[in-house]
Amino acid sequence: MSPSPDLSCQELVELVTEYLEGALPARERARLESHLRGCGACAGYLDQMRHTIRVSGRLSPDDITSAQHDALIDVFRRWKAG
Amino acid sequence: MSRAGPVRLSRLSRLRRDPGKAGVGSGVGGGAGGGAAGGADDQAMVRLLREGDEGAFMALVARHHGPMVRLARTYVQSDASAEEVAQEAWLGLLRGIHSFEGRSSVRTWLFRILVNQAKTRGVRERRAASEPLFAPLFEPAVETAVGADRFGPLGSWSTPPLPWPAPPDPAVAAETLAVVSEAISALPPRQRQVMSLRDVHGFTAAEVCDLLELTDANQRVLLHRARARVRGRLEAYFEEVGG
Repeated sequence: MSPSPDLSCQELVELVTEYLEGALPARERARLESHLRGCGACAGYLDQMRHTIRVSGRLSPDDITSAQHDALIDVFRRWKAG
Repeated sequence: MSRAGPVRLSRLSRLRRDPGKAGVGSGVGGGAGGGAAGGADDQAMVRLLREGDEGAFMALVARHHGPMVRLARTYVQSDASAEEVAQEAWLGLLRGIHSFEGRSSVRTWLFRILVNQAKTRGVRERRAASEPLFAPLFEPAVETAVGADRFGPLGSWSTPPLPWPAPPDPAVAAETLAVVSEAISALPPRQRQVMSLRDVHGFTAAEVCDLLELTDANQRVLLHRARARVRGRLEAYFEEVGG
């Protein structure tokens, strides 16, 4: 089923982060991309990984509470007063 | 008053990587509000803080305090402790602002102060309980991205990933965010640190390695395991709602 006899699907999923990070040597990257071209399941897996990363990037930081806000204003004013 | 001249600026911009792009081929958007503490913006921020501008300080607080408390919480034993450590870090930033030379971004500097204080506090808290700050870095030593039972004997998918609904309806989209948020919170501490900083807050790999004292390779292993777990959690969720 795998179009690239020297890289299995099971091996590919472990290389996905190195691939996305641009940390794979050129030859490895070519091997992985060639596998992706012939394997819809692995291409789908990579898409899901990208989707996961995109969703993570949309998480908004927690708004600070008014207690936190007041405490930090206080830190600032005391520092400023020296 | 400003000691930061153009020389500093160019040094700063060399240090700064494009914060919106996590890596080649990833096409990942920057973290929400993560923002690059950028060269020119940083210069302006430092000047305002030195002048004692409360609004500028509180704007920085609004952007970073939440992530700082969360990161501190991975080192210390309680929410209250994490809150205190983050407050101490802000005070540390203010006390150091006049000698800040701009060799790193304000954000990197701020989080470095935070991590140092959180670590000191975490070690102190644990000394009483005589346990190490973190479990060994990679435990279990082997953790696969996808369960071995999903592959046949030759390593090809036997249970391939099913397509996810795209584009999801708004209700599912909101739910998806909640699932991812919970999945990240449930990660082991080191994985949680790396994935939060990289994918949620948009820190670069170099910043994370520096802050958490990780090698490039270890940072990637932690990120890999974290993302794989979160993807797995999303997959399970889509199976539930789809089936």
